[in-house]
Amino acid sequence: MTGMQAFPFLSVLTLLPLVGAIVVATLPRDNPRLVKATALGFSLAVAAFAGLMWAAYNVTGDRFQFRESYPWIPQWGVKFTFAADGIALVMLALIAILTPIVILASWHDAERTDTGEPGRRSVPAFFALLLALECTMIGVFAAADVFLFFVFFEAMLVPMYFLIGSFGGARRQYAAVKFFVYSLAGSALLLAALIGLWVISADQLGQATFDWAKLSQLDISQNTQRWLFLGFFVAFAVKAPFFPFHTWLPDAGGAAPAGTAAILVGVLDKAGTFGMLRYCLPLFPDASRYFAPMVLVIALIGVLYAALLAIGQNDLKRLVSYTSISHFGFIGIGIFAFTSQAGTGAVLYMVTHGLATGLLFLVVGMLVVRRGSALISDFGGAGKLLPVLSGVFFIAGLASLSLPGTAPFVSEFLVLLGAFSTNQWVAVLATLGVVLGAGYVLWMYQRTMQGTLNPTLTEAPRMRQDLTRREVVVVAPLVALILLLGVYPKPVIDVIEPAVQATLSDLGVSDPVPSSAKGDK
Amino acid sequence: MATRLLAAPELKLPDIDYAALAPMLILFGAACVGVLVEAFVPRRLRYRLQVSLAIGGLVAALVMVVVVSGRRFTTAGAAIAVDGPALFLQGTVAVLGLVAMLLIADRTVEPGGSFISQASVAVGTPADRQQSSQPGATEVYPLALFALGGMMMFVAANDLLTLFVALEVFSLPLYLLCGLARRRRLLSQEAAVKYFLLGAFSSAFFLYGVALLYGFAGTVQMAGLRRAVGETDRNSTLLVLGLSMLAVGLLFKAAAVPFHVWTPDVYQGAPTPVTALMAACTKAAAFGGLLRVFVIAFPVGAVDWRPVLVVIAIVTMLVGAILAVTQTDIKRLLAYSSIANAGYALTGVLALNREGVASTMFYVLAYGFAVLAAFGIVTLVRDPDGEATHLARWAGLGRRSPLVAALFTFLLLAFVGIPLTSGFTSKFAVFSAALGADQVALVIVGMVSSAILAFPYLRVVVLMYLSEPAEDTPTVSVPGVFTATSLTIGVLATAVLGLAPEAVLDIASQAAGFVT
Repeated sequence: MTGMQAFPFLSVLTLLPLVGAIVVATLPRDNPRLVKATALGFSLAVAAFAGLMWAAYNVTGDRFQFRESYPWIPQWGVKFTFAADGIALVMLALIAILTPIVILASWHDAERTDTGEPGRRSVPAFFALLLALECTMIGVFAAADVFLFFVFFEAMLVPMYFLIGSFGGARRQYAAVKFFVYSLAGSALLLAALIGLWVISADQLGQATFDWAKLSQLDISQNTQRWLFLGFFVAFAVKAPFFPFHTWLPDAGGAAPAGTAAILVGVLDKAGTFGMLRYCLPLFPDASRYFAPMVLVIALIGVLYAALLAIGQNDLKRLVSYTSISHFGFIGIGIFAFTSQAGTGAVLYMVTHGLATGLLFLVVGMLVVRRGSALISDFGGAGKLLPVLSGVFFIAGLASLSLPGTAPFVSEFLVLLGAFSTNQWVAVLATLGVVLGAGYVLWMYQRTMQGTLNPTLTEAPRMRQDLTRREVVVVAPLVALILLLGVYPKPVIDVIEPAVQATLSDLGVSDPVPSSAKGDK
Repeated sequence: MATRLLAAPELKLPDIDYAALAPMLILFGAACVGVLVEAFVPRRLRYRLQVSLAIGGLVAALVMVVVVSGRRFTTAGAAIAVDGPALFLQGTVAVLGLVAMLLIADRTVEPGGSFISQASVAVGTPADRQQSSQPGATEVYPLALFALGGMMMFVAANDLLTLFVALEVFSLPLYLLCGLARRRRLLSQEAAVKYFLLGAFSSAFFLYGVALLYGFAGTVQMAGLRRAVGETDRNSTLLVLGLSMLAVGLLFKAAAVPFHVWTPDVYQGAPTPVTALMAACTKAAAFGGLLRVFVIAFPVGAVDWRPVLVVIAIVTMLVGAILAVTQTDIKRLLAYSSIANAGYALTGVLALNREGVASTMFYVLAYGFAVLAAFGIVTLVRDPDGEATHLARWAGLGRRSPLVAALFTFLLLAFVGIPLTSGFTSKFAVFSAALGADQVALVIVGMVSSAILAFPYLRVVVLMYLSEPAEDTPTVSVPGVFTATSLTIGVLATAVLGLAPEAVLDIASQAAGFVT
């Protein structure tokens, strides 16, 4: 499995933002421009480096590439092992693209809250936390040692906790603690299951190990598999979040600064769905098949229930959070439908949802900063004052409802198509979610941007300021990627599909006999 | 096996390996010299002399522990075992005691030190004014040395009587130390009395248990007890009663539920450096005793006591975590957290195998460093009346004193068990040992309890960082050299044991073999 590459791509990619965080944290507080420029510089360097890695990745090569391994805690068989398959690679690319954009979008977040109160927060701390978060997120997707994965999975909570809690809006304390405690409760179960798995590895292999490759070869009894599966799955379902573990996300998404929320929903939560693909399915194949109907049901409930709740929201950020829960339901259906189309669609969805919802959150953030409020009822007819911003908002909204021609369409379509061949009724019911999606997006747009101009809007001085140059630079790459992947997703699908097929073969399922549109890529 | 004294008709002194006893002898010797210093040296010289004596003694004891390490035998008529666990825990007691001693010795944070010698002088009297203008008591150093020496003896005791003597030797000075606070004297004395009364009770239980076990086995030596437990013709009623009473005494010191009720009051009332000493060193010593008694002397045989201890561990983890949620005083919060941590360490004991012993020892070491540093920070947050321990007073501390708040946050994250801190590696160690021994219920409850316990810790973080500072937010004193050193050691150790635990894990797992 060892790749040809001698260059330690993944460890450098993980460490670079950490170095950046340390450098930024030590910069003087009274020079915010220097701090921001340094943070942006580091995140761009990470992005460039990730680009190199993408170029070095061999699409037809081994399943896991860029493998590196260093000793860490020999007594427990723990190693710093990094490796990336296609699924991890696209997520790493998403992180690398989204982080500099979010840093640029959050340029003033540390100096004032999004409702416009001047903040007294430390600018270096804010950007150092963002970079530290990037480091831990990269680690989650790059780890090939389950212990290492867990370490990053937990460590991710700390910077996010402070980003929400220190720099967020009105209910930030409540939201930060809720986020942390929910995640921690989930990962406590994960840790218990992890130790269980490790004990089994000691029994079967003679030596305890956390190496993913070895653990996936274990022969675990059915009953044990089910318990371990549940330990892993609940942690991931809290993180993703799936119904009924989702209630923390609207609070966190609503309280976090917009840029942080974009990272939270766009990338961090994907650790949950990624974990299901990388750990639940290959490590516990029998249990995965056993629980798949149950997971499909809760994912389906998530799709419909969260979409209905989204329609009822009056707070833009909470609304976007609920739409994400609905989308995570789609991803869950894609993962547990067990066809390569649906699986590929789910992974592609993880990327395109990151782009689309990331954009939506950032644009909402721009609106909230201008109006000083996130309540839909405080807007109305804003499109007349902000023509360009409302245009971008519309594009983000359409991408979010998976309009053909935008990237999420391809992924949602693949998920539904793939699910249809194995779980007809799930796919049919999930299609209702698409309709509801059109409802919440269009109604949100209508209430904020169209109709008669809300007279209070003209009193907010910043409402007359359309997109600034900085904001154009923020939204342009995301809009471009959404449209590009909407018409030409092939390069990404080519990377994803072999990894998904390998995952499904670990699971021991093969695609059903083609009934209709099978065979196209 | 060095038991050859019984053969001789006349009383003969047993062979004594003085090198092996040196760590204890050094501490007791230094303590005795300290008593003489109190008696004969002028007051103005005492402080320097006592501090050097205490620190020098601890360093020398630690060096001797390292020198002796690697050997396994019993000495002094098999009363003292020199084996891996004993030496590892003696080293632990010495290192943690050294860090705690630095906190005790600090006189810059609280001018004159945290202690006074005549705690019973009524507040406001001329005697009190005179006393409060003088630098504090120096009796605390020999007292603390006696306590630490007793703890070292406790973890090495190879028969139940020695165990009892050691228990008393380390408990009595602690009762006294609890009552010597310069500030909030009433609370401090209340703590001392409570601790003394309940401690005396538990000692009585312990001693009665020893007597019953002697009746059961005809010996108090660990090896003899082990042999007797394996025989079937003995009276198991005596064994059950004796062992449970012995366990009461040990679990009392370890602060396990339901023998924990003293902990919050005593931790809150005692001078904070003494609280730190108790939380770190007493816990290490208590678990040393528990390990030796339950792993060596009473293997599971005719009487399976495991279910009882499992229930105690489960209740301890849950009660500690749940009651911690409601606390409003930082010292009480840390007290309840220390109760829950006793439960986690018990999880390691209950694995009842080599990994269990190693992981428990690693746990008490890692926890000791973190808790010492945490109490060290508590001593720094002050207002004109002394330490500001009410949590409401900590609001906005992160704004006022970013460094101290950041260090405390790091320690709290370690208590939560976030990876890359010693809290995670140590929890991992005990839970994996327990799961390896099929104690699934313990591990699951442990995980649930740590998730519950995260909530009170996070509340403190929220208060420090996410709340606005109040008008009367206490100031954070600049720590003196002693406190700064102990904080640095505690925080660094917490980080190192989290990032690169392999060296210490290695020592612990090599040291996990008992000798009887």
